[in-house]
Amino acid sequence: MSKRIDVKNLDIYYSDFLAVKDVSVTIEPRSVTALIGPSGCGKSTFLRSLNRMHEVIPGARVEGEVIIDGENLYGKGIDPVMVRRKVGMVFQKPNPFPTMSIKENVLAGVKLNNKRIGRTDADELVETSLRGANLWNEVKDRLDKPGSSLSGGQQQRLCIARTIAVKPEVVLMDEPCSALDPISTLAVEDLIAELKENYTIVIVTHNMQQAARCSDRTGFFNIEGTGKPGQLVEFNDTQTIFNTPSEKATEDYISGRFG
Amino acid sequence: MTATTHDDVQAVGRLEKPVRWAILAGSAIAAIALLAALGALNPLSVVIVGSLIYCTVLYVAARAVEGARHATDRLVTGVVTTAFLLAMVPLISVIWTIVSKGLDRLDVEFFTFSMRGVGSGDIGGAYHAIIGTILTTGIATLISVPIGLFAAIYLVEYGNKGVLARGLTFFVDVMTGIPSIVAGLFAIGFFTMMLGDVAYQAGIVGAVALSVLMIPTVVRSSEEMLRLVPNELREASYALGVSKWLTIAKVVLPTAIAGLATGITLAIARVMGETAPLLITMGASRAVNFNPFEGSMSALPLFAYSSYANPGTNKEDSLAAAWTAALVLMALVMILNIVARLISKFFAPKTGR
Repeated sequence: MSKRIDVKNLDIYYSDFLAVKDVSVTIEPRSVTALIGPSGCGKSTFLRSLNRMHEVIPGARVEGEVIIDGENLYGKGIDPVMVRRKVGMVFQKPNPFPTMSIKENVLAGVKLNNKRIGRTDADELVETSLRGANLWNEVKDRLDKPGSSLSGGQQQRLCIARTIAVKPEVVLMDEPCSALDPISTLAVEDLIAELKENYTIVIVTHNMQQAARCSDRTGFFNIEGTGKPGQLVEFNDTQTIFNTPSEKATEDYISGRFG
Repeated sequence: MTATTHDDVQAVGRLEKPVRWAILAGSAIAAIALLAALGALNPLSVVIVGSLIYCTVLYVAARAVEGARHATDRLVTGVVTTAFLLAMVPLISVIWTIVSKGLDRLDVEFFTFSMRGVGSGDIGGAYHAIIGTILTTGIATLISVPIGLFAAIYLVEYGNKGVLARGLTFFVDVMTGIPSIVAGLFAIGFFTMMLGDVAYQAGIVGAVALSVLMIPTVVRSSEEMLRLVPNELREASYALGVSKWLTIAKVVLPTAIAGLATGITLAIARVMGETAPLLITMGASRAVNFNPFEGSMSALPLFAYSSYANPGTNKEDSLAAAWTAALVLMALVMILNIVARLISKFFAPKTGR
């Protein structure tokens, strides 16, 4: 189910502004890759270019290649809608659909696409997805209650359940814990560790402890100054990045002497 | 520490509620006495003069007892409340006048008889006008809601503030301000051009005139409502691999449905009372006409107008019928508002546990 992502010479633009310059990286399947770096350095922009969410913003575009499973996401004739079904995304702020119940939220990926699904199949999908997101036991008795009735941490896990219900190959997470308290954060981190058995996970985080705790490999993004493009400074095993980084900038950032 | 700073931290005294009520009652009595002496006693003048006296006395009293800051607070509260009361005066006055004068003819006959063959001394009803109002505003709604809603969707979801979107917004703004008679003339011109028949008078012409007036309001209100839908929801939907159109149809519209329903209802209510464009496009039939494509048609505002302008010999009854038409029109608008509220309540994003 999980796939390797090869990024080759990726330049990301907002209209004429080059936001991220020349990223080349390989993200291994069945692993957690963390992206760290100061605010505004292009981590989220880079993450959003991995499932073509970047181009939702007017004027935003990309040059270069992102290859998943031998197929360039930005190749001719590739439908961004199909890309997003393969590469799911969890956002910074929990965003369950306010008009839908917990159950409908989990089934959103199926229902919104006008796909028919049998009642038993639907119930099964809801249960496996919610179990996968460690939420089943908390909500199994109130599946018909609105998704917005849950706490922030539960909402975020509901969003993760919604994402894995469409059975993606890659799950992108954009600071998934920044709006959560430490206990909910721990729940989501445990979940990430479990999800990595089946999915390729890329996570953007501002929390370096989190990157150290839950990722296998870490990429450090940096920006030389305002108006300059962000760059991937260093990419290596998490252990190496945090213990013996080869770049001075990485060491400064990790040890707190910067940003 | 000076006395003033002490004042600011802790008020020396306090004007208790009974005292304030007493000042209010005193102001009212003083106002009535003063106005009676001047011979200008009526509810409006009492409210104005009374609140002026009340604000002044309260300010002075509060300044003496509570200090400058509290006095200003009391004064501003008084001024704001007065403004609210003044705004209520015309509203309540209109409702009171219409209800009290309109109740006279609010009988079965009014709802079941038309004016067909009603002689100068007889009493008819407004059945034909009610049918006409429902048909014309109904058709106008059917025309304007899809056009207005889709235009709003274009502006919010597809326009990207491009030349076309800015042009559309500009023309919608201009259209909001056009006099309603111009809309009527446009509808006549449009049908004359299409059919080549200069004397074509029918409900549909009036409906087109009304929809010209309605579309800008629908576009404007729907646009506002669609912009209120958080972008995160759209992105969440895209990230699930849902196409743009399905995202709009199944996420954006349901989330905004409450506001959309309210906006559309207000737009309907706004055109329901239009008189001028209907007068020149539909003629003013005295008989029931269910066919909006043929023959002249009436509507409640037209009925009110003709009952008032051409009362026949039974002037009093005719005038009463005009008031009742206004009352029924108001009731229809109110029913629409209630329906909009119900739709909002029913479809609004669910909260609570």
